[in-house]
Amino acid sequence: MAVDTPLKTATPGHRRPGQRARRPFRGTGGRLWTRIAVGLLLVVEVYPLVWMFLTSLKSNSDYLDNSTWSLPTTWEWGNYAEAWTTGNLGLYVKNSLLAVVPALALVLLLGTAAGFALQVMVWKGRSLTLVVFLAGMMVPPQMILLPLFTVYFQAGLSGTLWPLVLTYTGTGLPLTVFMMATYYRTVPRELFEAATLDGAGILRAFWTISVPMVRNALLTVGLVQFFFIWNDLLIALTFTNSQDLRTIQVGLLNFTGDFGATQYGPLFAAICINVFGTLVIYLFLNQKVMKGLTSGAVKG
Amino acid sequence: MHRVLGDRRAIAILLGPALLVYTLIMLVPTVWSLGYSFTQGNSIDGFTGNGLGNFSRLLSDQAVHDALWFTLKYAVVVTAGQVVAGYLLALLYVFFLKRASALIRTLVFFPVVLPTVAVGLLFQKLFQVAPQTGPVNSLLNAFGLESVDFFGSAGSAFWVLVVMDIWRSMGFYAVLLFAGLVDIPDEVLESARLDGASGLRLIRHIVLPLSLPVLMSSLIFSINGTLKVFDSVVALTNGGPGSDTTPLTLYMFQTSFTYSEYGYGSTIALLLTVVCLLVSLAVYRVSRRDITEG
Repeated sequence: MAVDTPLKTATPGHRRPGQRARRPFRGTGGRLWTRIAVGLLLVVEVYPLVWMFLTSLKSNSDYLDNSTWSLPTTWEWGNYAEAWTTGNLGLYVKNSLLAVVPALALVLLLGTAAGFALQVMVWKGRSLTLVVFLAGMMVPPQMILLPLFTVYFQAGLSGTLWPLVLTYTGTGLPLTVFMMATYYRTVPRELFEAATLDGAGILRAFWTISVPMVRNALLTVGLVQFFFIWNDLLIALTFTNSQDLRTIQVGLLNFTGDFGATQYGPLFAAICINVFGTLVIYLFLNQKVMKGLTSGAVKG
Repeated sequence: MHRVLGDRRAIAILLGPALLVYTLIMLVPTVWSLGYSFTQGNSIDGFTGNGLGNFSRLLSDQAVHDALWFTLKYAVVVTAGQVVAGYLLALLYVFFLKRASALIRTLVFFPVVLPTVAVGLLFQKLFQVAPQTGPVNSLLNAFGLESVDFFGSAGSAFWVLVVMDIWRSMGFYAVLLFAGLVDIPDEVLESARLDGASGLRLIRHIVLPLSLPVLMSSLIFSINGTLKVFDSVVALTNGGPGSDTTPLTLYMFQTSFTYSEYGYGSTIALLLTVVCLLVSLAVYRVSRRDITEG
């Protein structure tokens, strides 16, 4: 349950003195190999993304006829407009936002309240309840799809984005509850007791004292859940039965079909739009994203 | 004093909504799906009882055997690849790059947050042979080798999938394992060095045993994810060529939604759940033994 320890130590500059000692290989040969390894690593990591971006600016014939290494002969920025309108990407992004934003708000609100109830409040059966929530992380989503499909169908929700919002909220809760409970562990209970002595009810203390205290955690957990929901394919594929409901991932998967013949420029432009959305968030919040995603893994 | 923190009404208000949603979306459907395994039909035509029919079909269905075998093969290979690549990167960060590693760490982590569908389509094009020779085949050609139709045979499609998923996730495991390596006290390394251990021997005898706990938790996390692989396969090969790269998750999806066999689909989902539980349990027990004995 050492969720917090790797976070602290993962930040650079936290290390103790005696840096020089942390080096099992000595000599200049090691340095050269290090540089080669890092250079290779960067090429492998970055080049596919650069290639993708350059290709998104090529015309169809440019892509098909010229070498794959070449720069675009003419820079076709229109590919992006084409992907957005003809390729319906604009609609798909809107659908994704309409599903992700409410689900994210719900999962954070419910998860924080439940984390507070399970960690700060004192009652019999709270550790058992936490285990019940944790069990949800073990169950493959395939296990819940068919009954949910039946229920949504019979409730008449099939033609809407509600199935996505509800399913994302339910599947996001286990990890959110667990992470929020872990964060509340670092807040001393006495604080809330003291607050209630001054006349505030415990619900008020939860909202006005505890929530601001864990706002950093909320951002971290929110980022983790955002990436899970935004990048999800399985649930979106199951519950979006018409083209008008497709999220960005389902839309991208079917992208070539919408044009008749494959238009490579717009296809790559669509992939780029999808990638750069997450890139922008990552550029500004990468340390938080890395902490959040890895702390979710160190639960065992 | 614990009276305010034991306020039942407040607990109900705070926990109730989350518990309700979780129960309705996760717990009830899981049990319900169990019930579906004994039926056949779908939600539009209705369900009829089928006894143990689905289970005997499961045992004799060649497609299930293939999908199960593919799932296990993929999980073992990708888990090993992810953890080994992540560990090598973590060693690189800690022992070679040291303070300069923050930027590289951040860069290598980036593919983790990319949408799998986007990465799948990107790799499809990177490895394609027609209508345009993709970068990988161009590179092969540059070395005088023939182009390879990577998605034309089960073997090569499998390896492209493996390469893609390791590319996608090695930065994640690197950061996870990096945290474990940084926790090794300098004094331990220094005294081992004074005893004459260096280079690979230092890593083999000192660093590796000390980072075993975090290696094991990476392993458990990884195998749990790889057994449930779906997005990568759908986006890269969609199970093909034929059904040669179809894991259980995808076979379940096709059975349920392409062929509308909900009953049998639920049975496959159940098999997947059981496999996940058994493998996690096995890895967990082995890791416990290793840590206590080592």
